[in-house]
Amino acid sequence: MEVAGEVLASESQLHVLAVDDSHVDRKVIEKLLKISSCKVTTVESGARALQFLGLDEEKGSLGFNGLKVNLIMTDYSMPGMTGYELLKKIKRSSAFREIPVVIMSSENILTRIDSCLEEGAEEFLVKPVKLSDVKRVMNDCIMRGETEGNNRRRVDKRKFEDDNHASSSSSSSSSIPSSPSSPLPSSPSTAATSSPLHSLKRAKLRDDN
Amino acid sequence: MEVGQMQRRLVDYTKSLFMEGFLDAQFLQLQQLQDESNPDFVVEVVSLFFDDSEKLLNDLTMALDQPSVDFKKVDAHVHQLKGSSSSIGAQRVKNACIAFRSFCEEQNIDATLRCLQQVKQEYYLVKNKLETMLRLEQQIVAAGGSIPMIELGF
Repeated sequence: MEVAGEVLASESQLHVLAVDDSHVDRKVIEKLLKISSCKVTTVESGARALQFLGLDEEKGSLGFNGLKVNLIMTDYSMPGMTGYELLKKIKRSSAFREIPVVIMSSENILTRIDSCLEEGAEEFLVKPVKLSDVKRVMNDCIMRGETEGNNRRRVDKRKFEDDNHASSSSSSSSSIPSSPSSPLPSSPSTAATSSPLHSLKRAKLRDDN
Repeated sequence: MEVGQMQRRLVDYTKSLFMEGFLDAQFLQLQQLQDESNPDFVVEVVSLFFDDSEKLLNDLTMALDQPSVDFKKVDAHVHQLKGSSSSIGAQRVKNACIAFRSFCEEQNIDATLRCLQQVKQEYYLVKNKLETMLRLEQQIVAAGGSIPMIELGF
Protein backbone atom coordinates (compact mmCIF):
# COMPACT_ATOMS: atom_id res chain seq x y z
CA MET A 1 0.00 0.00 0.00
CA GLU A 2 1.47 3.35 -0.89
CA VAL A 3 1.03 6.58 0.96
CA ALA A 4 1.82 9.83 -0.81
CA GLY A 5 5.44 10.78 -0.29
CA GLU A 6 6.39 7.58 1.46
CA VAL A 7 6.77 4.11 0.06
CA LEU A 8 6.19 1.50 2.73
CA ALA A 9 8.15 -1.70 2.63
CA SER A 10 6.35 -4.51 0.94
CA GLU A 11 7.83 -7.95 0.89
CA SER A 12 9.22 -7.60 -2.58
CA GLN A 13 10.45 -4.01 -2.48
CA LEU A 14 12.74 -3.36 0.40
CA HIS A 15 14.71 -0.16 -0.05
CA VAL A 16 18.29 -0.81 0.87
CA LEU A 17 20.95 1.81 1.46
CA ALA A 18 24.38 0.33 0.70
CA VAL A 19 27.46 2.10 1.97
CA ASP A 20 30.94 1.21 0.69
CA ASP A 21 33.98 3.22 -0.27
CA SER A 22 34.96 0.67 -2.92
CA HIS A 23 33.53 1.33 -6.35
CA VAL A 24 33.76 -2.34 -7.27
CA ASP A 25 31.96 -3.43 -4.13
CA ARG A 26 29.21 -0.85 -4.58
CA LYS A 27 28.55 -2.17 -8.04
CA VAL A 28 28.47 -5.76 -6.88
CA ILE A 29 26.24 -5.18 -3.86
CA GLU A 30 23.89 -3.10 -5.98
CA LYS A 31 23.52 -5.97 -8.41
CA LEU A 32 23.07 -8.54 -5.66
CA LEU A 33 20.32 -6.42 -4.13
CA LYS A 34 18.57 -5.66 -7.41
CA ILE A 35 18.53 -9.32 -8.29
CA SER A 36 16.93 -9.87 -4.90
CA SER A 37 14.15 -7.45 -5.90
CA CYS A 38 15.25 -4.55 -3.76
CA LYS A 39 15.36 -0.89 -4.51
CA VAL A 40 18.95 0.18 -3.97
CA THR A 41 20.72 3.41 -3.17
CA THR A 42 24.49 3.26 -2.96
CA VAL A 43 26.68 5.86 -1.28
CA GLU A 44 30.41 5.96 -0.80
CA SER A 45 30.74 7.00 2.82
CA GLY A 46 29.12 7.09 6.22
CA ALA A 47 28.79 10.85 5.96
CA ARG A 48 26.88 10.53 2.68
CA ALA A 49 24.71 7.84 4.23
CA LEU A 50 23.75 10.13 7.10
CA GLN A 51 23.08 12.92 4.62
CA PHE A 52 20.84 10.65 2.60
CA LEU A 53 18.94 9.61 5.67
CA GLY A 54 18.61 13.21 6.68
CA LEU A 55 20.07 12.35 10.04
CA ASP A 56 22.04 15.54 10.24
CA GLU A 57 18.81 17.47 9.99
CA GLU A 58 16.58 15.01 11.80
CA LYS A 59 14.09 15.05 8.95
CA GLY A 60 13.14 11.43 9.35
CA SER A 61 14.17 8.41 7.35
CA LEU A 62 13.00 9.74 4.01
CA GLY A 63 15.85 9.98 1.55
CA PHE A 64 16.15 12.55 -1.15
CA ASN A 65 13.63 10.81 -3.33
CA GLY A 66 11.16 10.21 -0.56
CA LEU A 67 11.84 6.51 -0.19
CA LYS A 68 11.92 5.12 3.30
CA VAL A 69 15.03 3.08 3.99
CA ASN A 70 14.28 -0.43 5.21
CA LEU A 71 17.79 -1.76 5.59
CA ILE A 72 21.31 -0.43 5.68
CA MET A 73 24.25 -2.52 4.54
CA THR A 74 27.58 -0.97 5.25
CA ASP A 75 31.21 -1.83 4.79
CA TYR A 76 33.20 -1.81 8.02
CA SER A 77 36.54 -0.34 6.95
CA MET A 78 35.99 3.00 5.36
CA PRO A 79 38.11 6.15 5.56
CA GLY A 80 36.58 8.91 7.66
CA MET A 81 33.62 7.29 9.37
CA THR A 82 33.86 3.52 9.73
CA GLY A 83 30.85 1.27 9.35
CA TYR A 84 30.97 0.73 13.08
CA GLU A 85 30.75 4.46 13.75
CA LEU A 86 27.89 4.73 11.27
CA LEU A 87 26.14 1.86 13.03
CA LYS A 88 26.45 3.59 16.39
CA LYS A 89 25.12 6.87 15.05
CA ILE A 90 22.13 5.11 13.56
CA LYS A 91 21.35 3.06 16.63
CA ARG A 92 21.63 6.11 18.87
CA SER A 93 19.23 8.11 16.75
CA SER A 94 15.59 8.02 17.77
CA ALA A 95 14.50 8.40 14.17
CA PHE A 96 16.54 5.58 12.71
CA ARG A 97 17.42 3.07 15.39
CA GLU A 98 14.77 0.67 14.16
CA ILE A 99 16.38 0.35 10.73
CA PRO A 100 18.31 -2.93 10.62
CA VAL A 101 22.00 -2.49 9.88
CA VAL A 102 24.18 -5.20 8.38
CA ILE A 103 27.95 -4.88 8.50
CA MET A 104 30.17 -6.26 5.73
CA SER A 105 33.87 -6.81 6.23
CA SER A 106 36.69 -8.65 4.56
CA GLU A 107 38.20 -9.33 7.95
CA ASN A 108 36.76 -11.96 10.24
CA ILE A 109 37.96 -10.58 13.55
CA LEU A 110 35.90 -11.94 16.40
CA THR A 111 36.15 -8.85 18.60
CA ARG A 112 35.05 -6.74 15.67
CA ILE A 113 32.07 -8.97 15.02
CA ASP A 114 31.09 -8.94 18.67
CA SER A 115 31.32 -5.15 18.94
CA CYS A 116 29.13 -4.72 15.92
CA LEU A 117 26.53 -7.14 17.15
CA GLU A 118 26.61 -5.51 20.58
CA GLU A 119 25.95 -2.15 19.03
CA GLY A 120 22.88 -3.62 17.39
CA ALA A 121 23.96 -4.83 13.97
CA GLU A 122 21.62 -7.45 12.58
CA GLU A 123 24.33 -9.46 10.93
CA PHE A 124 27.99 -9.41 10.11
CA LEU A 125 28.77 -10.62 6.62
CA VAL A 126 32.24 -11.62 5.56
CA LYS A 127 33.26 -10.36 2.15
CA PRO A 128 33.15 -11.17 -0.65
CA VAL A 129 29.39 -11.02 -0.26
CA LYS A 130 27.47 -13.62 -2.21
CA LEU A 131 23.91 -13.88 -3.40
CA SER A 132 23.14 -16.45 -0.71
CA ASP A 133 24.23 -13.94 1.95
CA VAL A 134 21.96 -11.26 0.55
CA LYS A 135 19.04 -13.66 0.30
CA ARG A 136 19.50 -14.70 3.88
CA VAL A 137 19.59 -11.08 5.02
CA MET A 138 16.41 -10.38 3.04
CA ASN A 139 14.65 -13.33 4.64
CA ASP A 140 15.76 -12.23 8.09
CA CYS A 141 14.47 -8.71 7.42
CA ILE A 142 11.11 -9.95 6.29
CA MET A 143 10.85 -12.26 9.27
CA ARG A 144 11.97 -9.47 11.52
CA GLY A 145 9.28 -7.24 10.11
CA GLU A 146 6.70 -9.86 10.96
CA THR A 147 7.94 -10.34 14.48
CA GLU A 148 8.70 -6.70 15.23
CA GLY A 149 6.74 -6.79 18.47
CA ASN A 150 8.99 -9.47 19.94
CA ASN A 151 12.10 -7.29 19.74
CA ARG A 152 14.23 -10.36 19.20
CA ARG A 153 17.89 -9.93 18.46
CA ARG A 154 19.45 -12.74 16.48
CA VAL A 155 23.11 -13.42 16.72
CA ASP A 156 24.09 -14.74 13.35
CA LYS A 157 27.61 -15.71 12.69
CA ARG A 158 28.67 -17.56 9.66
CA LYS A 159 31.57 -19.71 8.72
CA PHE A 160 34.61 -17.83 7.64
CA GLU A 161 37.37 -18.40 5.20
CA ASP A 162 40.74 -18.33 6.83
CA ASP A 163 42.49 -15.32 5.36
CA ASN A 164 45.82 -17.07 5.33
CA HIS A 165 44.76 -20.01 3.24
CA ALA A 166 44.85 -19.54 -0.49
CA SER A 167 41.73 -21.54 -0.74
CA SER A 168 39.54 -21.55 -3.76
CA SER A 169 36.58 -23.14 -2.09
CA SER A 170 34.01 -20.86 -0.62
CA SER A 171 33.30 -22.80 2.56
CA SER A 172 35.81 -23.69 5.18
CA SER A 173 35.47 -26.33 7.79
CA SER A 174 36.17 -24.11 10.78
CA SER A 175 33.36 -22.27 12.42
CA ILE A 176 33.49 -19.38 14.83
CA PRO A 177 31.92 -20.33 18.13
CA SER A 178 29.18 -18.03 19.33
CA SER A 179 30.08 -15.93 22.33
CA PRO A 180 27.35 -16.22 24.91
CA SER A 181 29.22 -13.88 27.21
CA SER A 182 28.84 -10.78 25.09
CA PRO A 183 26.09 -8.68 26.63
CA LEU A 184 23.47 -7.86 24.05
CA PRO A 185 21.01 -5.07 24.70
CA SER A 186 17.39 -5.89 25.47
CA SER A 187 17.46 -9.49 24.42
CA PRO A 188 16.02 -12.39 26.28
CA SER A 189 17.96 -15.62 25.90
CA THR A 190 20.02 -14.76 22.88
CA ALA A 191 19.98 -16.90 19.84
CA ALA A 192 23.59 -17.65 20.68
CA THR A 193 21.79 -20.79 21.62
CA SER A 194 21.51 -20.77 17.93
CA SER A 195 22.17 -24.41 17.22
CA PRO A 196 19.10 -24.62 15.01
CA LEU A 197 20.37 -21.47 13.32
CA HIS A 198 23.86 -22.90 12.96
CA SER A 199 22.68 -26.07 11.36
CA LEU A 200 20.42 -24.04 9.10
CA LYS A 201 23.41 -22.00 8.00
CA ARG A 202 25.51 -25.09 7.44
CA ALA A 203 22.82 -26.53 5.28
CA LYS A 204 22.65 -23.28 3.38
CA LEU A 205 26.39 -23.23 2.85
CA ARG A 206 26.28 -26.73 1.46
CA ASP A 207 23.62 -25.56 -0.97
CA ASP A 208 25.76 -22.63 -2.06
CA ASN A 209 27.83 -24.61 -4.49
CA MET B 1 36.05 -19.97 -36.83
CA GLU B 2 32.48 -21.03 -36.27
CA VAL B 3 30.50 -20.31 -33.15
CA GLY B 4 30.68 -23.80 -31.65
CA GLN B 5 34.45 -23.80 -31.91
CA MET B 6 34.68 -20.36 -30.37
CA GLN B 7 32.45 -21.45 -27.52
CA ARG B 8 34.59 -24.50 -26.83
CA ARG B 9 37.70 -22.36 -26.91
CA LEU B 10 36.13 -19.94 -24.43
CA VAL B 11 35.10 -22.72 -22.07
CA ASP B 12 38.57 -24.25 -22.13
CA TYR B 13 40.22 -20.90 -21.63
CA THR B 14 37.95 -19.92 -18.75
CA LYS B 15 38.40 -23.28 -17.07
CA SER B 16 42.15 -22.92 -17.27
CA LEU B 17 41.95 -19.58 -15.47
CA PHE B 18 40.19 -21.32 -12.59
CA MET B 19 42.53 -24.29 -12.62
CA GLU B 20 45.59 -22.05 -12.54
CA GLY B 21 44.16 -20.06 -9.66
CA PHE B 22 43.81 -16.76 -11.46
CA LEU B 23 40.10 -16.71 -10.73
CA ASP B 24 38.06 -18.19 -7.92
CA ALA B 25 34.41 -18.91 -7.16
CA GLN B 26 33.59 -15.25 -6.64
CA PHE B 27 34.12 -14.63 -10.36
CA LEU B 28 31.59 -17.36 -11.13
CA GLN B 29 29.21 -15.60 -8.77
CA LEU B 30 29.55 -12.42 -10.83
CA GLN B 31 28.92 -14.26 -14.07
CA GLN B 32 25.79 -15.75 -12.58
CA LEU B 33 24.54 -12.28 -11.70
CA GLN B 34 24.69 -11.18 -15.32
CA ASP B 35 21.41 -11.34 -17.20
CA GLU B 36 19.55 -9.84 -20.17
CA SER B 37 18.68 -6.72 -18.23
CA ASN B 38 22.37 -6.09 -17.64
CA PRO B 39 24.36 -8.09 -20.22
CA ASP B 40 27.53 -6.06 -19.62
CA PHE B 41 27.62 -6.45 -15.88
CA VAL B 42 30.82 -8.51 -15.76
CA VAL B 43 32.58 -6.22 -18.22
CA GLU B 44 31.56 -3.21 -16.15
CA VAL B 45 32.72 -4.64 -12.85
CA VAL B 46 35.97 -5.83 -14.35
CA SER B 47 36.57 -2.38 -15.88
CA LEU B 48 35.99 -0.78 -12.50
CA PHE B 49 38.47 -3.21 -11.03
CA PHE B 50 41.07 -2.27 -13.64
CA ASP B 51 40.57 1.45 -13.02
CA ASP B 52 40.70 1.10 -9.24
CA SER B 53 43.69 -1.21 -9.32
CA GLU B 54 45.78 0.93 -11.59
CA LYS B 55 45.21 3.92 -9.40
CA LEU B 56 46.07 1.93 -6.28
CA LEU B 57 49.22 0.53 -7.84
CA ASN B 58 50.31 4.06 -8.73
CA ASP B 59 49.57 5.23 -5.20
CA LEU B 60 51.52 2.29 -3.82
CA THR B 61 54.50 2.96 -6.03
CA MET B 62 54.58 6.57 -4.87
CA ALA B 63 54.08 5.71 -1.23
CA LEU B 64 56.94 3.22 -1.26
CA ASP B 65 59.14 5.70 -3.06
CA GLN B 66 59.08 8.20 -0.23
CA PRO B 67 62.24 8.85 1.79
CA SER B 68 60.27 7.94 4.87
CA VAL B 69 57.63 5.36 4.08
CA ASP B 70 54.24 5.66 5.73
CA PHE B 71 53.42 2.00 6.16
CA LYS B 72 49.95 2.71 7.48
CA LYS B 73 49.14 4.40 4.22
CA VAL B 74 50.72 1.61 2.21
CA ASP B 75 48.72 -0.93 4.17
CA ALA B 76 45.51 1.00 3.58
CA HIS B 77 46.07 0.93 -0.17
CA VAL B 78 46.89 -2.78 -0.14
CA HIS B 79 43.80 -3.44 1.94
CA GLN B 80 41.68 -1.73 -0.70
CA LEU B 81 43.30 -3.66 -3.50
CA LYS B 82 42.84 -6.87 -1.59
CA GLY B 83 39.18 -6.04 -1.15
CA SER B 84 38.41 -5.31 -4.76
CA SER B 85 40.41 -8.24 -6.09
CA SER B 86 38.57 -10.48 -3.67
CA SER B 87 35.22 -9.08 -4.78
CA ILE B 88 35.80 -9.96 -8.39
CA GLY B 89 37.52 -13.26 -7.71
CA ALA B 90 41.04 -12.29 -8.77
CA GLN B 91 42.51 -14.85 -6.43
CA ARG B 92 46.22 -14.52 -7.12
CA VAL B 93 46.12 -10.75 -6.79
CA LYS B 94 44.25 -11.13 -3.52
CA ASN B 95 46.79 -13.62 -2.18
CA ALA B 96 49.66 -11.37 -3.19
CA CYS B 97 47.97 -8.58 -1.23
CA ILE B 98 47.65 -10.76 1.84
CA ALA B 99 51.39 -11.42 1.82
CA PHE B 100 52.03 -7.74 1.17
CA ARG B 101 50.06 -6.72 4.24
CA SER B 102 52.05 -8.93 6.56
CA PHE B 103 55.26 -7.25 5.42
CA CYS B 104 53.67 -3.85 5.90
CA GLU B 105 53.06 -4.84 9.48
CA GLU B 106 56.74 -5.62 9.83
CA GLN B 107 57.58 -2.31 8.16
CA ASN B 108 60.04 -4.18 5.99
CA ILE B 109 60.90 -1.88 3.10
CA ASP B 110 62.75 -4.42 0.96
CA ALA B 111 60.10 -7.07 1.33
CA THR B 112 57.28 -4.61 0.62
CA LEU B 113 59.00 -3.43 -2.53
CA ARG B 114 59.25 -7.03 -3.66
CA CYS B 115 55.59 -7.51 -2.79
CA LEU B 116 54.65 -4.53 -4.88
CA GLN B 117 56.41 -6.09 -7.85
CA GLN B 118 54.63 -9.34 -7.18
CA VAL B 119 51.21 -7.70 -6.96
CA LYS B 120 51.85 -5.74 -10.14
CA GLN B 121 52.86 -8.91 -11.94
CA GLU B 122 49.78 -10.78 -10.80
CA TYR B 123 47.57 -7.85 -11.65
CA TYR B 124 48.88 -7.51 -15.20
CA LEU B 125 48.62 -11.25 -15.70
CA VAL B 126 44.99 -11.41 -14.65
CA LYS B 127 44.19 -8.25 -16.55
CA ASN B 128 45.57 -9.78 -19.69
CA LYS B 129 43.70 -13.02 -19.16
CA LEU B 130 40.40 -11.34 -18.36
CA GLU B 131 40.70 -9.14 -21.44
CA THR B 132 41.38 -12.20 -23.57
CA MET B 133 38.41 -14.00 -22.08
CA LEU B 134 36.08 -11.04 -22.52
CA ARG B 135 37.26 -10.60 -26.09
CA LEU B 136 36.43 -14.22 -26.84
CA GLU B 137 32.98 -13.64 -25.37
CA GLN B 138 32.47 -10.55 -27.52
CA GLN B 139 33.42 -12.49 -30.64
CA ILE B 140 30.90 -15.19 -29.83
CA VAL B 141 28.12 -12.69 -29.25
CA ALA B 142 29.05 -10.79 -32.42
CA ALA B 143 28.77 -14.03 -34.36
CA GLY B 144 25.27 -14.54 -32.97
CA GLY B 145 26.19 -17.15 -30.39
CA SER B 146 25.52 -17.22 -26.67
CA ILE B 147 28.05 -17.39 -23.88
CA PRO B 148 28.17 -20.86 -22.33
CA MET B 149 27.84 -21.05 -18.56
CA ILE B 150 30.82 -22.64 -16.87
CA GLU B 151 30.05 -25.46 -14.49
CA LEU B 152 32.82 -26.21 -12.07
CA GLY B 153 32.78 -28.62 -9.20
CA PHE B 154 34.04 -26.61 -6.28
